[in-house]
Amino acid sequence: MAAETETSGARPAEAQIWDWLSQIPDPEIPVITLTDLGIIRAVEWQGDTLVVRVTPTYSGCPATSVINLEIEATLRARGIDKLRLERQLSPPWTTDWLTEGGREKLRAYGIAPPIDGTAPDGLIAGRINRLTGRSNMVVPCPRCESGNTEKISQAGSTPCKASYRCKDCLEPFDYFKCI
Amino acid sequence: MAGVEAIDRAGYVDWLQRVGDNALILGHRVSEWCGHSPALEEDIALANQALDLIGQCQLWLGYAAEIEGEGRSADDMAYLRDASAFRNALLVERPNGDFGQTLMRQFLFDVYHLELLRALKGSSDPRVAEIAAKAEKEAAYHLERSADLVIRLGDGTEESHRRMQNALDLLFPYTGELFNDDDIDRAIAEAGIAPLPSTLKKAWDETVRAVLDEATLTHPGAVWQHGIKGAGGGRQGVHSEHLGYILAEMQFLQRAYPGAVW
Repeated sequence: MAAETETSGARPAEAQIWDWLSQIPDPEIPVITLTDLGIIRAVEWQGDTLVVRVTPTYSGCPATSVINLEIEATLRARGIDKLRLERQLSPPWTTDWLTEGGREKLRAYGIAPPIDGTAPDGLIAGRINRLTGRSNMVVPCPRCESGNTEKISQAGSTPCKASYRCKDCLEPFDYFKCI
Repeated sequence: MAGVEAIDRAGYVDWLQRVGDNALILGHRVSEWCGHSPALEEDIALANQALDLIGQCQLWLGYAAEIEGEGRSADDMAYLRDASAFRNALLVERPNGDFGQTLMRQFLFDVYHLELLRALKGSSDPRVAEIAAKAEKEAAYHLERSADLVIRLGDGTEESHRRMQNALDLLFPYTGELFNDDDIDRAIAEAGIAPLPSTLKKAWDETVRAVLDEATLTHPGAVWQHGIKGAGGGRQGVHSEHLGYILAEMQFLQRAYPGAVW
């Protein structure tokens, strides 16, 4: 992801484009931006055409087309007429790519950020431990920071979230599910 | 991509539809719960899972349409094929039944799905490998949920245990088809695109047994299996009557208003 600063003719520098993209909110969790999410994989000029490569979070995320629309609208409004959006599947998006800043914003908003390295690996031994409550994974409450929380459901209000509940402050909260 | 070049195109399209149609039909089935689940959290979980599967199906069928090269799209394949042109396994078209049957079907499929996707990450076709790498993460998440619920309900109340055991006995005869090799599978395996289905059986069996043990459910053993003898099963386009009803609902809009868009 080389954000080189080149300026030739009317082409805005790639760093400038990254900066514009970093101001576009995610349509479903508007407190974080597209670059916080880590879904913009590359920005580069190919001749006079700007190519932006975007990776989906979940394959069926309904926000994908809205995200592309937002990118296009933002860049066109900045005078970029020749623009191509490409879908990049590989390497697949992971919650590990959420920026530190993005994680802080999520927490402040009441969504527990993902805990790296806890994505399901499909290995049965570890999984059974987790399933039967023998795991020591703690998702701290984003409101009162208590570790005394429990999972209500592995899914939540959007494809990227799970539902938890704090047993101390009694607030339900979303946890950004790890993949 | 020597492997892909060497393979018969129609066979490749068929195989991609097998993978994509499993995701599409199961995704549609699961979506039927939306607004009807026993608890709001489960309703949301099932809808989320349906969304993942339908997203994956777009990737697989989109690629199938590309390989076919006749100008069809993933939507054309989903909405404009008749039942005998679908290549999903019989398991995924089984009706939802009670919540136990829905979960057991999901669990039996998720274990298979995860093993398949893992193997496909090493495909000789980079497109197959990258779609599999994407879908694998979602399948692992699905399996975590379905295995969790199979354990909790199997090892739950007397009623939940009974329902889960019934669901297992009912659905187990539809799992053999997932591991039954035919000529298309053999050609695909020879080209290094995918493993032979039969090679996934051992890992599937180990995981299924581990979870069933934990769930205090009894493995049905070597029971008779649908769709592996005679004309074959869903993977060869020989479906149960249930698929037609799914298509009637899923395809209605495009059939009644051809070309309708949002």
